[in-house]
Amino acid sequence: MFGRGLRALSVATALAVLVAFGLIFFYAPNDADQGFVQKIFYLHVPLAIVCLGGFIAGGVLAVKFLRSGDRAWDLRSYVAIHMSVILGIAVLITGSIWAKASWGHWWVWNEPTLVVFLIVFLLYCVYQPLRFSIEDSERQARYASVFAITAGVFVPLCFAAVRLAQPLVHPRVLTGAGASLPPSMALTFFVCLLAMTLVYVTLCKVELTSKHSRDMIRRLRRRLEPAGG
Amino acid sequence: MPALPLGTGGTYVAAAYVVFLALIFVYVVVIGARAARLERDLAALTDALDKKEAAG
Repeated sequence: MFGRGLRALSVATALAVLVAFGLIFFYAPNDADQGFVQKIFYLHVPLAIVCLGGFIAGGVLAVKFLRSGDRAWDLRSYVAIHMSVILGIAVLITGSIWAKASWGHWWVWNEPTLVVFLIVFLLYCVYQPLRFSIEDSERQARYASVFAITAGVFVPLCFAAVRLAQPLVHPRVLTGAGASLPPSMALTFFVCLLAMTLVYVTLCKVELTSKHSRDMIRRLRRRLEPAGG
Repeated sequence: MPALPLGTGGTYVAAAYVVFLALIFVYVVVIGARAARLERDLAALTDALDKKEAAG
């Protein structure tokens, strides 16, 4: 059910990541201001965009669950948020490394983008404990969906607020007028964004397939147990 | 092909990419362990079914 097309998707993801890494190190020029350190941008920013997109997707999938009552949507919502939290860890670590290389500090508390990302990340770290603190599976799915929708709305609102904040240390590359990058850097960035999106979708699909298989085995065992004595 | 600047900048870039690859690697290990557990569970279910069929 969830594993359909996984092989083709995995191959496409591996190819996209290889092409992206090739473009980063052999095609995109070094940044005139930051030099070689700017290569972290091609990893950090797409990861952050995909991570935040995953949080919002978790909310949308939760809406689908509440509208349909189909537990498959709840599972999708849970996995979307779970994988985004994992990507969030990568975003925070790569961001800290880039901050140290560029600004000389691992973390800058007066930079709104960083602090807001940390707040959003910590908010979603609460999702799993909240979900698994509820034993009844129906209530668990409903409460987790309400959380996912509320937090999913919170994400774009937070970042819209940050966009309005001044002054900013964090660079603004993607604006309403498009990407403020030379064409070679823009191409590399968008290939990296595609590659990270594919990584995220593939990991979600792998996780969904694994959880669904485990669930089916559990149901089979339950059906066998009374007959087996 | 540009030379890899192995000064301070190069170390930071390498660290960032190693973090990403390490996370993916850890995830693959976790998924591998889970797949092994699923296989064990399936084997146990198959045994139980075989015994049930032999008895009935």
